Amino acid sequence: MNWLKNLVRPKLRELVGRQKGTAGNLWRDCPECEGMIFHSDLEKDHWVCRFCGHHMRLEAGKRLVMLFDEDAYQTVELDAVPTDPLKFRDRRKYTERMKEAQNRTGETDALIVAHGKMGGFNVVIAALDFSFMGGSMGVAVGQGLLTAARLAVVQDASLIVVPSSGGARMQEGILSLMQMARTTIAVEEVREAGLPYIVVLADPTTGGVTASFAMLGDIAIAEPGAIIGFAGARVIEQTIREKLPEGFQRAEYLLDHGMIDMVVHRHELRDTLIRVIGLLRNTVPAADVASIPAAAETPAANPAPSEDHPAEDRPTE
Amino acid sequence: MHNFLDFEKPVAELEGKIEELRRLPDSGDPKIAEELSKLQGKAEKLLRQTYSKLTAWQKTQVARHPDRPHTLDYIGALIEDFTPLAGDRAFSEDHAIISGLGRFRGSSVVVIGHEKGTDTKTRIHHNFGMAKPEGYRKARRLMKLADRFKLPVITLVDTPGAYPGVEAEARGQAEAIARSVETCLGLKVPLVSVIIGEGGSGGAIALAAANTVLMLEHSIYSVISPEGCASILWRDSNNAAEAAAEALKLTSADLEELGVIDEVIPEPLGGAHHCPAETIAAVGDAIEQALKELSSLDGGALKVRRREKYLELGQKIPS
Repeated sequence: MNWLKNLVRPKLRELVGRQKGTAGNLWRDCPECEGMIFHSDLEKDHWVCRFCGHHMRLEAGKRLVMLFDEDAYQTVELDAVPTDPLKFRDRRKYTERMKEAQNRTGETDALIVAHGKMGGFNVVIAALDFSFMGGSMGVAVGQGLLTAARLAVVQDASLIVVPSSGGARMQEGILSLMQMARTTIAVEEVREAGLPYIVVLADPTTGGVTASFAMLGDIAIAEPGAIIGFAGARVIEQTIREKLPEGFQRAEYLLDHGMIDMVVHRHELRDTLIRVIGLLRNTVPAADVASIPAAAETPAANPAPSEDHPAEDRPTE
Repeated sequence: MHNFLDFEKPVAELEGKIEELRRLPDSGDPKIAEELSKLQGKAEKLLRQTYSKLTAWQKTQVARHPDRPHTLDYIGALIEDFTPLAGDRAFSEDHAIISGLGRFRGSSVVVIGHEKGTDTKTRIHHNFGMAKPEGYRKARRLMKLADRFKLPVITLVDTPGAYPGVEAEARGQAEAIARSVETCLGLKVPLVSVIIGEGGSGGAIALAAANTVLMLEHSIYSVISPEGCASILWRDSNNAAEAAAEALKLTSADLEELGVIDEVIPEPLGGAHHCPAETIAAVGDAIEQALKELSSLDGGALKVRRREKYLELGQKIPS
């Protein structure tokens, strides 16, 4: 079937490609099967390909809409932290990269925290946005997770964290490494309060994020196909000088190796979380668990998770 | 001296000349003796100059110097009755991490440290100090043992980082590191860490979320190696490592200012590899002092103080 993919498809695209461009990107190609999906269908399906089931990266804000009961949540304003503690500059200044990410996403950093109801249960959800500097963890993300944990304790809520991150933020150097300790303390505070801490590993979760709060969940759930690991695949390939096994570091691979509890389709994620929380806390959900609130229609110009800056997106070692 | 670093070449040349003069049959000649002492003075001055203004990249090389004392050297000199304990009880023994019971200055302790090895054979045996999940799981097991018997824990950090390999990933490298950090933070006994060489990323903090973190003057401690950082942010791992080392603020002076480490242990002139015995003794004194300061705290206070220390970190940045 390769000739279909490699020859026929580009030819077809050549024929229709121009029209597609002028239509204002109403269509999206699935990066996995290259199927063309209408934008509003993609939103309705929470960015899961309706042809092959591929789970595309989901913006943190859309994640919240998808998980909470309809209109039953509030985002939390996070503490300001020192910006650019190292006065870091590579080929560009860190402050410039930050500003650019802030302008592009409208967020102050890579973590969004919200509290509200899910199936009637109190939950706090903290989600990392990969489109903000690769979802990397610096002081702000660490502080945000502490805020989320403490809010959960105060509200007697379950804490759900959705990492999607390349790892520690190099531009904050050692202070980003220290967030591994700080976020671990956040998890402990929730645990000591006897509250559930559930991690939903989304694509990708690597580096210092995996090696701290992301792997400490009472329950570890992963989205299908998500890359989850410590070292980056390229680093490993260079070290062992061999090709990596099929499916390496995918959610299903981790499931096979006993590292996570389950792989759950995005459309069943909300129900699963509600069920698990109900079981852990020995109560029954109040709301109709079967319904998934439809994502609000968003304008076609809404940017997809950007891969413009893969430089920052790489995990640390 | 055997292994000279690039920037030590002028010193190496002088030392070569001194060696030559010494080998002369008439080296007892007063003229030659005078020349010798002149050259020795010059060599020392040059060494002092070189080491007084090492760049971050040069410190990186000193921190990785093959003759620098490693964990086994410290254990050999500082720990009596050292009794190595092996294995994670789940999969295997990891020689990248040495751990065991022993007596430090009269009291029982648990010692855990990365070991890089000293020659090709031992380096391979210890996997260059790059631990796999079983290494961190062994460390965790020993920390818990220390907790149960109320023994202080001393960790010695010297690793390029956790091992990046297929099997390490399959067995949960990330989880093993996360649990090790968690165990450090939960201990109700004193935990003192010393960065003795290279503090490489997650593999380092896995053993170093401690009450007191000491650091040898020319050691480094970083979220990523300068080469790795250069390759990602500069897209050039060969030429930009120097700039990356500088930008990462990985030297002991930088880290003390940021509050990440508690104390810098000065190294002898020319670095730890110049006078290993003196260095090891200084590290021993610093550990003893740190343990003494922690000895008045009970288990709960040790845990709370350790947590508070990390919670405060990075909140105020020196301008």
